[in-house]
Amino acid sequence: MSDLINSSLRQLSAALATGKVSAVELATLFLDRIDKFNPSFNAFITTDREKTLAQARAADNRLKVMRDGIPANAAGAMALTGIPLAHKDIFCARGWLTTCGSKILENFVAPYDAHVVEKLAAAGTVTLGKLNMDEFAMGSSNESSYFGPVRNPWDVSRVPGGSSGGAAAAVAARLTPAATGTDTGGSIRQPAALCGLSGLKPTYGVVSRYGMIAFASSLDQGGPMAKSAEDCALLLNAMAGFDARDSTSLERPPEDYLRDLEKPLAGLKIGLPREFFGEGMDADVRAAVDTALAEYRRLGAVTVDVHLPNSGLSVPAYYVIAPAEASSNLSRFDGVRYGYRAQEYADLEQMYSRSRAQGFGAEVKRRILIGTYVLSHGYYDAYYLKAQKIRRLIAADFQQAFKICDVIMGPTSPSVAFAFGAKSADPVQMYLSDIYTISTNLAGLPGMSLPCGFGRDNMPVGLQIIGNWFGEAQMLNVAHQYQLNTDWHLRMPQGI
Amino acid sequence: MLLNLQDVARIALLSRIELSSAECETTRDQLNGILGFIERLQAVDTTGIEPMSHAVDLVQRLRPDRVTETDHRADFQALAPEAEAGLYLVPRVVE
Repeated sequence: MSDLINSSLRQLSAALATGKVSAVELATLFLDRIDKFNPSFNAFITTDREKTLAQARAADNRLKVMRDGIPANAAGAMALTGIPLAHKDIFCARGWLTTCGSKILENFVAPYDAHVVEKLAAAGTVTLGKLNMDEFAMGSSNESSYFGPVRNPWDVSRVPGGSSGGAAAAVAARLTPAATGTDTGGSIRQPAALCGLSGLKPTYGVVSRYGMIAFASSLDQGGPMAKSAEDCALLLNAMAGFDARDSTSLERPPEDYLRDLEKPLAGLKIGLPREFFGEGMDADVRAAVDTALAEYRRLGAVTVDVHLPNSGLSVPAYYVIAPAEASSNLSRFDGVRYGYRAQEYADLEQMYSRSRAQGFGAEVKRRILIGTYVLSHGYYDAYYLKAQKIRRLIAADFQQAFKICDVIMGPTSPSVAFAFGAKSADPVQMYLSDIYTISTNLAGLPGMSLPCGFGRDNMPVGLQIIGNWFGEAQMLNVAHQYQLNTDWHLRMPQGI
Repeated sequence: MLLNLQDVARIALLSRIELSSAECETTRDQLNGILGFIERLQAVDTTGIEPMSHAVDLVQRLRPDRVTETDHRADFQALAPEAEAGLYLVPRVVE
């Protein structure tokens, strides 16, 4: 059984299909691990053994039907049947506590499923629980969760990254084979880098935002977090797809994200933005990234210099646009229809302002205040409209670069995982943790992080791959070929 | 200083977030730190650049005007801090 914790989804799927292990046994294995190790990492907010095992029993029934004779064309549909996974607590899952890491939703039991949850359930996956995260996905260290910080399984004195920190820690500690995450400015890729896993943020609009609690609607995108690129491709096959309930969901023919995995890399053009390789990147991160690039050259790729001259503006532009959208989205939390309501108030106005003051944490309040200010009368043009114009410049830079390269590579994060408290006193320092990831969200492009070695104190380093719009299959190919030739993605922290 | 205490109080009111006077001071300093960081956007020449409001150019989809939702009132109101007889209860607004 113990080898199953480091198995790929395809290996788990084969074990389930042949009856070597049942979905109930597999779910139990991981639930027992969660019971044993979660107190050390605080990666899960909610588990529910009965619900999980009921889903696992249903999966076992489906597997039995499949084994007894399934039409060949349905084989793909069983790839995820019985596979346990866990959802970031930003995804509504019917009957499950769904907190978004906030006191304001401490008692919120979702009355419906997010599209992603619905689709993964339809694919036969088994939910192990709901994962800790920065409050409303606002953070890069998971220190802003109302439910306490998540600890990095590689070193519990360090952060796991954020905002999908629980997802990253849970996969790294092998408490789940895979997880869902969301990425508004780097929240899948940065924790994946800091915890040594593979994570993918799709092109904006590929994965439905329905039932995914909104932070910044023009930037938010859900995606998979797992050990390998191949696992991410399998998950994305189930997660992607048009959904009429998300007004920005793209109507495109379904794609098989596994289709290009085996393509050789000879002739691949990798763009290296000089802006990503200048000051600001730690030497240990640089060394690991350089070694990965050498491996890519060995595999037949060529590297070319590209320019993203406006990338230095991405973090400030983001901190206008994202808070502006958040201030609007989070106005729905008013203590009337759901969520926390203050105990004492004199009138309706005070009920709103106290419920929000007591229900939201410090970082969320800061962003609502900044967002309200940049949208307010007299400041809208100077801040919000200006940032939107700069957003176009940033997006245009990428299109220039993609004229001479197929994918862009660089570091995911400027440093390995940092210690608790290292950046929490200064919001701007924390914001700069996402300096290499944010421009991708502004441009709506897909991005990935994959483990590419270890830096200082044996902490994982992530290599970022950025593709052009709808370049997911190619990025996954590029990542998979690297993982066929390296084993960073199979390394596990000690003591788990 | 970009924002003073009066500005912070006004933003807090617009945001419907109650701040104590002590919180107003730390909030002012933190917001000014963030605004100082954002300020560098002003130096960029954006003459003639169209604002980009979304990651992809989309036209809002239309749908036929048909009832698609079923009634979930009881489920939804079960989540409310206070509800009665199908209504959400709030403090009295009209005397």
